[in-house]
Amino acid sequence: MIGVRKILIREEYCMGCKLCEINCVAAQVGTENLIKIFRYVPELPEPKVIVEEHDYITFALQCRNCYDASCLKACMTGAMHRDPRTGAITVNEEKCVGCWMCVMVCPFGVVKRNVKKKKVASKCDLCAERGSPACVEGCPNEALVLIEVRE
Amino acid sequence: MAKGKIPPEFLVERDDYKCVRCLACVRLCSYGANYYDENAKRVYTENRKCVGCHFCEAMCPTEAITVMRNPFEIKPLAHWTSEHLIDIMKQAETGGVLLTSMGNDRPYFSYFDRIVLNASQVTNPSIDPLREPMEVRTYLGRKQMKLDLEEDEEGRVLLKTEIAPQLKLEVPVMFSAMSYGSISLNAMLSLAEAAKTVGTYFNTGEGGLPKELKRYGSNMIVQVASGRFGVNVDYLNAGSAVEIKIGQGAKPGIGGHLPGEKVTEAISETRMIPVGTDALSPAPHHDIYSIEDLRQLIYAIKEATRYEKPVGVKIAAVHNVAPIAAGMVRAGADYIVIDGIRGGTGAAPKVTRDHVGIPIEFAVAVVDQRLREEGIRHMASVVVAGGIRNSADVIKAIALGADAVYIGTAALVALGCHLCQRCYLGKCNWGIATQDPKLTKRLNPEIGARRLVNLLRAWEHEIKEILGGMGINAIESLRGNRDMLRGVGLHEYELKLLGIKPAGEAW
Amino acid sequence: MRYVIVGSGPAGLSAIEAIREVDGEGEVILITAEKFVGYSKPLITYLLGGKVTKENMYYRTEERLREINVEVRSATKVEKVLVDERAVVTHTGEKVVFDKLLLAVGGRPFVPKIEGLDQKEGIFTFTTWEDEERIEEYVKRRGITKAVVLGGGLIGLKTAEALMDLGVKVTIVEVADRILPVTFDKKASEMIERALETLGCEVITNDTVVEVRGRKAISSVVLKSGKEIPTGLLVIAIGVRPNVEFLKGSGIEVNRGILVNERMETNVEGIYAAGDCAEFYDLVDGQRKVIAIWPVAVAQGRVAGYNMAGRNVRYPGSIPMNSVEIAGVPTVSVGHSNVEGEEYEIFTYEDGRTYKKVVIKDNKLVGAIFVNDIDRAGIYTGLILQKLDASSFKEKLLAEDFGLVYLPREFRKKMLEGEMRIWLE
Repeated sequence: MIGVRKILIREEYCMGCKLCEINCVAAQVGTENLIKIFRYVPELPEPKVIVEEHDYITFALQCRNCYDASCLKACMTGAMHRDPRTGAITVNEEKCVGCWMCVMVCPFGVVKRNVKKKKVASKCDLCAERGSPACVEGCPNEALVLIEVRE
Repeated sequence: MAKGKIPPEFLVERDDYKCVRCLACVRLCSYGANYYDENAKRVYTENRKCVGCHFCEAMCPTEAITVMRNPFEIKPLAHWTSEHLIDIMKQAETGGVLLTSMGNDRPYFSYFDRIVLNASQVTNPSIDPLREPMEVRTYLGRKQMKLDLEEDEEGRVLLKTEIAPQLKLEVPVMFSAMSYGSISLNAMLSLAEAAKTVGTYFNTGEGGLPKELKRYGSNMIVQVASGRFGVNVDYLNAGSAVEIKIGQGAKPGIGGHLPGEKVTEAISETRMIPVGTDALSPAPHHDIYSIEDLRQLIYAIKEATRYEKPVGVKIAAVHNVAPIAAGMVRAGADYIVIDGIRGGTGAAPKVTRDHVGIPIEFAVAVVDQRLREEGIRHMASVVVAGGIRNSADVIKAIALGADAVYIGTAALVALGCHLCQRCYLGKCNWGIATQDPKLTKRLNPEIGARRLVNLLRAWEHEIKEILGGMGINAIESLRGNRDMLRGVGLHEYELKLLGIKPAGEAW
Repeated sequence: MRYVIVGSGPAGLSAIEAIREVDGEGEVILITAEKFVGYSKPLITYLLGGKVTKENMYYRTEERLREINVEVRSATKVEKVLVDERAVVTHTGEKVVFDKLLLAVGGRPFVPKIEGLDQKEGIFTFTTWEDEERIEEYVKRRGITKAVVLGGGLIGLKTAEALMDLGVKVTIVEVADRILPVTFDKKASEMIERALETLGCEVITNDTVVEVRGRKAISSVVLKSGKEIPTGLLVIAIGVRPNVEFLKGSGIEVNRGILVNERMETNVEGIYAAGDCAEFYDLVDGQRKVIAIWPVAVAQGRVAGYNMAGRNVRYPGSIPMNSVEIAGVPTVSVGHSNVEGEEYEIFTYEDGRTYKKVVIKDNKLVGAIFVNDIDRAGIYTGLILQKLDASSFKEKLLAEDFGLVYLPREFRKKMLEGEMRIWLE
């Protein structure tokens, strides 16, 4: 694969504002107007980015879309697959049966469950439809950066 | 105690309709001013804790926050302003010297704002900097009175005179001395990287040299101050020039004191003092009580750097600045720095910062004048510092006699500073004047450097435009060219000191 | 070059994909005893329970295999491997010659000797789609309302759950003192057992089926304790053994499974094995074992495939692990989690709903169990695989906010920047 897009995490610049989380939610809802979302969208989706915090260390973590992804190997239904266009690993909710093998093997712990639906919550797809990831765009300190890597 | 109860300086207004409870403001305020009430499900601010740094306002994703001055602080009186009353209350409470930071906050007359610039019309052509070469490069260091040339056997002309070491500035703006300790490493890295990209210099200040900055030696001036922190022969040779700091515009005549609790592992390493000990910068250099003593130090440093680096001397602009400057030049300084009353600081007694020193406009004018009169202007370059806000200030300072300027506050503003004047608390939300790892990482040096480069490039463009308008094609032709300046609304004796004519008077 | 792959499970199909990544030209022949090719075996219980559609049973399709130029021979059983002739013999007697051979033949259900077991309807093992079709057909045709599942392992429990979804009342019989004795510890087993019981499933432990009664079809089972349970269906799910009998005398070394080296090659050059039939080293204790789980099959298959196609890839070994949601309770068990002894340092957390346990040996994480709160369990798996020294953060392992943030900075940095491979290979 050539020129796969990845989100580079730079913990040394993350200030823990968690704006990435709300920008992620907004991107999932499909509008940039946060006020509207907060006021009028009844059930907000979970952010697909996790901000980890301890003492002064903070960083935002979302699916790494690993080259050699464990979740792809562990998925027994074929629900977890790589989008050939973006290189991002995406979940086909139709196929997912909620066996949680991907949860078990993701070394970053970023595959989230949708507890209600008993399926893997559709994971970070690098905002495939939006064009560029909302978390990266909204990061005020460039602690998240979109890069192209050759693999 | 009710008598000491001080009204909040700022009000943090939050439009609750716009607030989406992201709690970024709560998480980010280093002063703990914002908080979330679980029961009310609302975000509030304890206005008293707000220092007016506007960080939360800048971070709020929905523009729900407005930080404003409290309009009803205390009864508005003409002479006894709120500020005076509050200062008295604080001192009545604590019995201490009031500390503050950044530059002078008194409404002294700004002479830069009373000076206007000239442009060419009809009788002399202006120059379009986009079409014709325009030189804003300048060199700092001792210049020769005359150049001796010789011809070699093949008839080529060669320079016989040995040229003294010079600092090459692609723009006549440098970043002034701010030490590691007063500002964060990320702030320093921003300055260093920007200086490297643009082709100018940053200054280590008196706090020694963090190892992360060593690679910026070719764009670095190392400072030697009265505390001599971090000074050894490697340090002296690490940069492109050495600057002896006698004084600083924000606090002429007094030393510095970095309390022991701020002397962390990293600070101790660069300052070369034990962890936890107070870092005391004495008011004077204890080995300098005269121009002759200064000469000894200058030459000691020149010896230590094998005469390969310019040695500068920095003083605060005080009443006697012109003869002192002349003495400094005669003592062997390759460049001198005059820091005016508006110069910034990381911490200074408020009374000193606000009341000691003279405006830089006068200082540079009289220093340039005095050096010319003594015939030694070529022996040293003159760098002006203290309150340079924009390219117009740079041009005016140069036209008044400077070779280049130092900017400190302007650079910090580019890095995010909103001049809340609380550097001395070490809790800077913008990650500049702090060593708290939680806060320093808020300043991404890549962004910082990019913004500083933008600032210098913008000024460079503006300076070229103005020079072109004047019909001048090199910044060095502007130096001391006071004919390009005219005063508006200035008294005759002020005009005389500045060496400029009033607006309306022809050449 | 002619590659012959025997078995269409995850190991076989992953190997094919790996081969095709390297070698687009060589001839690839897939021989499988299965009628359906490219479907996911673990999904059969979901299919029985009506939780997955037939189309979604496939995680790879036959068309896809043909697209990448693979010759598929389904419903074809390999009965012999002729090492000297470099050929396999199918049940029709046909010889298929190979240059490189992969044995990814998986396992077969173990059926114990039980009195009255033979020749009765209503008794099944449950490891293939065809089994599923038979069970589903039988349950529906006979209108079965009661069933006994022999074996309280993962397959047994998933089977019980599926039968309950069909409206069948199920009794699970497990010979050990608790269900899931291999995968989980006592506490976790109890929690899962309780959840099963709330669904109306009866769980009998410390007992086993000793006799099957009924004339043409099963009507009841008799337990060792003497208890008789009327039932219309018996599913035997007491385990799967590597499917290696047909290799007897072939010259390929077999212990419990087929012995392979780190390139997944057997003692015979050019013959490889991967997946549930292969025996390799446990990454944590260094013992040779068959780790019959999906991710290991995929990983081994890939390694085998790459090596068959001429690359030199090594398999570092793996650890036993399993995740499954039973009766609405999600669970994860990784590594050596059900151990006792002085050499182990064990931390546990439990409240009414959640159970978490980590096992540390020589300051390294070697096992973990999660019941209900399984989010981020993968981090622990990664730490076990990486064998990272945990002394700096072991006290934090069960903290609610445990995450990468507690790991040593350099390790985390490398991980986040993708410089470290701690992925299942």
